[in-house]
Order: sequence, then structure tokens, then C-alpha cells
Amino acid sequence: MSVLVDISHRQGGFAIGARFESAGRLTALFGASGSGKTTLIGMIAGLIRPDKGRIEVDGRVLVDTGAGIFVPKHKRRIGMVFQDARLFPHLSVAGNLRYGRWFTPPAERYADIDAVVDLLGIGPLMNRRPAKLSGGEKQRVAIGRALLASPRLLLMDEPLASLDEARKAEILPYVERLRDEIKIPIVYVSHSVAEVARLASDVVMLAQGNVVASGPTEAVMQRLDLLPAEERGEGGAVLDTKVLHHDENFGMTVLGSAAGELRVPQLAMKTGTPVRIRIRARDVMIATEKPRGLSALNILPGTITAMSPGEGPAVEVGIDCNGVTVLARITEQSRQALKLHLGGKVFAVIKTVSFDRANTGAGLPAETGG
Amino acid sequence: MNWLLDLTPDEWNAVRLSIKVATVAMLASLPPGILIALLLARGQFWGKTVVNGLVHLPLILPPVVTGYLLLLTFGRRGPAGAFLAEHFGIVFSFRWTGAALACGVMGFPLMVRAIRLSIEAVDRRMEAAAGTLGANPLWVFATITLPLILPGLIAGAILAFAKAMGEFGATITFVSNIPNETQTLPSAIYTFTQVPGGDEGALRLTLISIVISMAALVASEVLARRVGRRLDIE
Repeated sequence: MSVLVDISHRQGGFAIGARFESAGRLTALFGASGSGKTTLIGMIAGLIRPDKGRIEVDGRVLVDTGAGIFVPKHKRRIGMVFQDARLFPHLSVAGNLRYGRWFTPPAERYADIDAVVDLLGIGPLMNRRPAKLSGGEKQRVAIGRALLASPRLLLMDEPLASLDEARKAEILPYVERLRDEIKIPIVYVSHSVAEVARLASDVVMLAQGNVVASGPTEAVMQRLDLLPAEERGEGGAVLDTKVLHHDENFGMTVLGSAAGELRVPQLAMKTGTPVRIRIRARDVMIATEKPRGLSALNILPGTITAMSPGEGPAVEVGIDCNGVTVLARITEQSRQALKLHLGGKVFAVIKTVSFDRANTGAGLPAETGG
Repeated sequence: MNWLLDLTPDEWNAVRLSIKVATVAMLASLPPGILIALLLARGQFWGKTVVNGLVHLPLILPPVVTGYLLLLTFGRRGPAGAFLAEHFGIVFSFRWTGAALACGVMGFPLMVRAIRLSIEAVDRRMEAAAGTLGANPLWVFATITLPLILPGLIAGAILAFAKAMGEFGATITFVSNIPNETQTLPSAIYTFTQVPGGDEGALRLTLISIVISMAALVASEVLARRVGRRLDIE
């Protein structure tokens, strides 16, 4: 499964010229508001006709302005979950869910209504009207509705942006299950580092209508300099780990990663479960010798491989810990005091309590990166 | 109370005819009404202002003028009238069908206005969502747009019905005032007022016409509220 987008488009005074290709399980289109994410996803769905270019999904040409090809949206079989859910107000939840099924040729119906209802936990809502649902419930029904049209590709346009933190936390696990249990590729639009780091196998980073970076999540998310200003504090390394064991006495879970063991607040996950964690650069301290008499539990040895000026007095330091890069944001003053230099041996220190629900989620099992 | 219901056969016929004419006028103008409303609400074409003006003409012209124009066009010797009579056997002049045509034309602007407003209120993003779920434009209209504009459709239809029940000027000009054929309630009331001792009959029919109009209004309220509750628009 692959998505190829190569378009140029002008909308008012805003020009978009984007080219990317992704074969990922969940590809995030990531960027600040106004970077062209929603326009791009609208073009894949067929809601917007690009001025020039080509769009292919799984080898099927959907748009080729050169050849005059533009497949209308109802013939694309691409599901879309909108930021505002857009449930049909005159139909019940059940009616909304069944809507897309109607228009799917029987031979291509792979989505099973009971399985989807079960996956999204919307069974008790079936007879309700959309107006009587909470924001989180609406979004789950909208996901179910898109899935039940048995799409070849699922597009999600900032599905969590209009929800509060509690509702986001309610939906995220469902999106993870979608990614891991239903084998359908997803293109996910977001401006949140937390969501992208947690969900994406691949990231396409956009700024002012252009692709500035793309590739596997771990690699792209290293580029703190490309993050939107308001999200910069959230940036950091993304690590794929596994649950090694639980430490019931202290209420902690020990995760194994290439960089070493990490202790995080206890997770309700079985041993061996893949876990995706994000270590915010601002949560990482650097020590030049192995610290003693320190409360922080996670101390990873490594080598400095990158140093770049950050915002204000900050310096962003990349530390290679056995093949995994951990990012730290420290002050220029500390860098000089510690005489940090490229190739220097250091220790990255991370407090256990800096891991919270926002930066710990289900990892992508098996073939990470699709 | 008895004197109220003690109608002569001619008076009964006028009541029945009025309801028939108004119902036919309403139903027949619904499809073109929806079409024109869609065109005006969504269409971008040259001459839109002219179409809009033509639709509203019956609202501002004296009804006699509208009736006379209908007579000229759809009368026996009128271009449209002659064509329809010759090829389809449809005759309007001095028939109840002509009364229905006159009533339909007079109520048309009211119907189009109500439907147009409700179409403009439809959230087009809903229609886009239906498109991504595989519905082609026709299905989108049938399953999303139409249900969403239902309250406006009902309002427009009832307005047209009520207008048709009260239509007098255009009808009498176009198809005259023939008992049992084109004599609707207003025409019958008019006739009573023109003869000595007709007061009682005129009053009877007046009361009946009030009852029917009120019933139509109440029915539309109830319907609209029921639909509204389903849509949670209240």
C-alpha cells in the first residue's frame, strides 16, 4: 500500500507545492496550522481539485491533471474522518454507521459492523441521535462510519483537535487499535507532536505549503528545528520499546529499548507488549560522569553526535545511546560549563515521572514502519 | 350549528373543488419548485437575476394581470394552450385544471422562497461527507439534502396550499366562475355577495374557508415540529 502525492496548487494568496510518497501504516501529515495539511488531505479525498499534479493510491491514479484524470470523491473509496465529525443529524448512530455500506459494492465490503462497533465501543449508542452524543462519542461514530464503507485508505483530519485532553485520551487508544488491528493504511493530519509521536509510523512534515522533511517517525521527529514554535517544547526523541517487567512494589514498569532499560510509571500492559514513548528534550539532563546520589532513575550512557542552537539560551544536543538518538535541551551556559563537544561520552538522565499518558502509548507491533 | 353544515350541493362542490384544486396545485408545483429553488440557491449562471424576477412576478403583479397572461398563453388560442391541447389533450381554459394552474402559479414564489431558504441553510460539508462515503450527487441529494430541507419543504408546500385556497383574481380571470367546474370557494363567496339574500351563504362559506385554512396551518406546525424534533433543530 502506498500513497503518492505530487501537486502544486494556489488558493487565494497561498501556494502549495508538495511531493511525498509513503508506504507507512499510519502516515502523519504534520505541521503548524496554515501549513497546507488539510488542503492536501482534501485533495486525496477528492474534495479539492489541485491546479496541477498527480495523486496515486496503491498504484491507482486518482488525479493526473496532465492526462485530465480526476476521479470524483464518491468513486475513490477513501474514508474520511473530519475534525468536526460531520455526522448526519437526521439519522441515528446506526443509520450513520450503515450509510457508507449502502454504496459499497458487496464484493468489496470487508468491514464487519459488529467488529467495528466492538472495536470502537459504540454499541450502547446505536439508537441515539448525533446531537445527543459527546464530542468523543461523535468522533468514534465518525471513525466507525468511515470504516464501514470499507475504504482502501482512511484519512483523518485532526480528529482530536476539537476535543479536550480527557476526550483525546479517550480516543487515542481507539486510533491505535485501528492502526494495529484493522489492516488499513491511515493518513493522519495533526499539528500535535504528542499525537504524531504516539501514532505515526511515518511523518511528512509541512511548512508553508511545502514538504520540509519526511520519513520514519523516529528520524523526522529528531528535527526539533522544524517543529512549529508552539510545539517545540513537546519535541524530543521517539523510542520503540517493549515491556520487560512490572515493578509492583514501586508502581513502575520497566521498558527495554536499544538504549537501555527505562523505568516509567506503571502501564496496564502485558510483558512483551510494544510501547512507543516520547522523551521530551526538555525532560533530559546531561551528566559527564555517571551520577550518584541522584533521584532520577533512568541514566543512559551515550555519545554526543549533534549540537545545534535552540530557542533563546537553549542548545539542543543529540546523544547516540547504542544506535538510538536521545535529544536533550540544555542551556548554553551548561554546555560551556560541562565542556560538551561532539564525540564526548555523556549520560542522559531522565526522571521517571516525566513520562505521562501524553507521551506513552501502544507501540506499533512487529514490522514497524510498515 | 346546523345551518353551517347544511350546504347546498353547489356549495359542497365549491368546497370539494377548492380542496382538489389547492392540493393539485401544491403537489404539481413541488418538483419544479424544488428544482428552481436549487437553481437559485446553488446555481451560478448568467441570467439568474432574470429567473429570480420571473419567479417572483406573480407576487407583485395584480392577480388579474397574471390571470390574463395565463389566458393569453394557456387559453385555447394561446401558443402553449393550443400546443398542449393538440398534442397531449390537456386543456386548461374554463376547466378546473386551469384553476389549479392559476393557483399553482400564484403560490409558486412563496413555495420557492421557503425551499430556497432551507437549501441555503443546509451545511454543505454534510454533503461532502456523504460523497466520501460513496454516495453520488443524486444519492447525496436524496439521502442528505432532501431530509435536511424537509421542514422548509413542508412550510413551502403549506404556504402554496393556503395561497391556492384563497386565490381569486387570477383564477376568475383565467377560467371564469363556472359552478361545479371552476367555482372555487372564493369565487362562490363572491357570487353570493353579488345576489340579494346571499349573505347567509357567503358567511357559511367564509367560516368553512377559515376552518380549512386554520387546519392547514395547524397541520404544518405539527409536521414541522415533528420533523424538527427528529433533526434536533428546535
